[in-house]
Amino acid sequence: MKRKKFGAKLYLALVLVLMYLPVLVVIVYSFNSNASRQPIPFTGFSLRNYAALFQDTRGLVASLKTSLILALMSVSASVVIGTLGAVGMVRRKLRLGGLMETVTVLPVMIPEIILAVAFMALFSAAGLRFGMGTLVLAHVTFCTPYIYLLVKGRLAGMDLNIEAAARDLGAGPAKAFLTVTLPLILPGVFSGAMLAFAMSLDDFVISFFVTGSNVTPLPLRIYSSVKAGVSLQVNALCTLMLLFVFVVAGVALLRPGKKNKEVFK
Amino acid sequence: MRGAANRRKNRAGWLAMPMLVWSAIFVGAAILYIIVLSFLKRNPDGGGAILEFTLENYAKLLQPGYARVFWQTLKLAAETTALCVLIGYPFGLMLAKVEGRMRTFLLLLVIVPFWTNALVRIYGWKILLMGNGVVNKLLTALGIVDKPLKLINTHGAVVLGMVYGLIPFMILSTYSSAEKLDRRLIDAGRDLGAKPCKVFFTVELPLTLPGLMSGCVLVFVPSLALFFISDLLGGTSDVYVGNLVNDQLLISRDWPFAAALSVVLLLVTAIVMLIYRRAGGKASDMTLM
Repeated sequence: MKRKKFGAKLYLALVLVLMYLPVLVVIVYSFNSNASRQPIPFTGFSLRNYAALFQDTRGLVASLKTSLILALMSVSASVVIGTLGAVGMVRRKLRLGGLMETVTVLPVMIPEIILAVAFMALFSAAGLRFGMGTLVLAHVTFCTPYIYLLVKGRLAGMDLNIEAAARDLGAGPAKAFLTVTLPLILPGVFSGAMLAFAMSLDDFVISFFVTGSNVTPLPLRIYSSVKAGVSLQVNALCTLMLLFVFVVAGVALLRPGKKNKEVFK
Repeated sequence: MRGAANRRKNRAGWLAMPMLVWSAIFVGAAILYIIVLSFLKRNPDGGGAILEFTLENYAKLLQPGYARVFWQTLKLAAETTALCVLIGYPFGLMLAKVEGRMRTFLLLLVIVPFWTNALVRIYGWKILLMGNGVVNKLLTALGIVDKPLKLINTHGAVVLGMVYGLIPFMILSTYSSAEKLDRRLIDAGRDLGAKPCKVFFTVELPLTLPGLMSGCVLVFVPSLALFFISDLLGGTSDVYVGNLVNDQLLISRDWPFAAALSVVLLLVTAIVMLIYRRAGGKASDMTLM
């Protein structure tokens, strides 16, 4: 019995080590002093990549800013569209409701490249200029399902009569929604927004096809530097971003209570 | 009173309007558009199409070169899924047996890579696997090999990258199934004299099957088209449907053919989902939420 438990622990540890190995390598090489713009070999410890990262404000840092603005705009729009969508769909059984729901969540069920092709063809047929605008349209489309699904999950466990009671007691529709329903579904809205934000920030496939020449979100910038095999600044930036993620995750973990589960599931 | 409540309900239906209109245009119409596009002749100048019905885009798929790409893609997706099951399923089961805060911590460790850029993690593997990379340095230093092995730009590297990128889906999916499993059932099986192996096949496996199945779909479907992984870790012969679509869109600029490739991918996805539903899988298990 004891030995089996030890084996299980060893297995969990081993897989996790393998999972973090490449992440660790990226962090270690961010301190590489090698000036040849090649990640390898490791010639010594230095912070020169970090210094270079902040001097070259038009490169990676600008792309990070682009990605953050894109994610912020897309998620804000998706939060409104998706939350109202879930509230509306739960209230009223529409004809073809099942089909419409499938179409709504389709972006997270199919390989991304299908939507990438569809967006590229549709946007160019509509004569749109490729750039931030097309990126936002595309990102809202694949962010909305996450919000919709999480809010819907939250609503499913809720008694819809509570809001009806508020209405019967004389609250207007807006007041009943804002003071009764919204506070109850807020955890769902919040975790949906977090998930959508991460997906938007991380998206490569769709952004690659719908962006214009003047806008480069971070994943695209990283892709081209990795493909060209240069720039340890990528490592430096990634290390800083990882640090941020770990701090946020650590705070979420240390926060007492059962809320962790809602944020991360 | 009921009448008033019903009227309210009906009015609330309008709240879903923006979302439904949005999806009708950007998902529904967009996908219908590529279906139409896949039956049109390509514009000789590239990009777009001319309004003339043709089946040549689909006929092209039957050419040995393209058919091989599809076969390789399905094979890669199958290999990736099989390895994710072998590694991720036991991980999910064991994770569910860990107690208390330690479990939350381990779960968080699995999820954090999700929140970091996928390209960065692939980049990490590239540094590890390069000719003069960390793994080769270590192997030569230990005297296991005399000259560096070719690790990068191989099929093995692509499979590694795919499994690495997608395994969290398998772990989280099987974990959420295993977490709901009533541990007393396992104890009961043991107490009644069943061997661990028998307990696994008669209790644990059937009860965690929904998680295992949805995990397979969640790994298999995206693995059909993650073209950047094969692009960064694969060799010249590692061409999959995703890479082909990429080339057709940006280099050959044959959009109707790219559309036909996407339609076939969509069909493969639909078949996978159909099998999943036939096998008793629920759509709600598919979202990990």
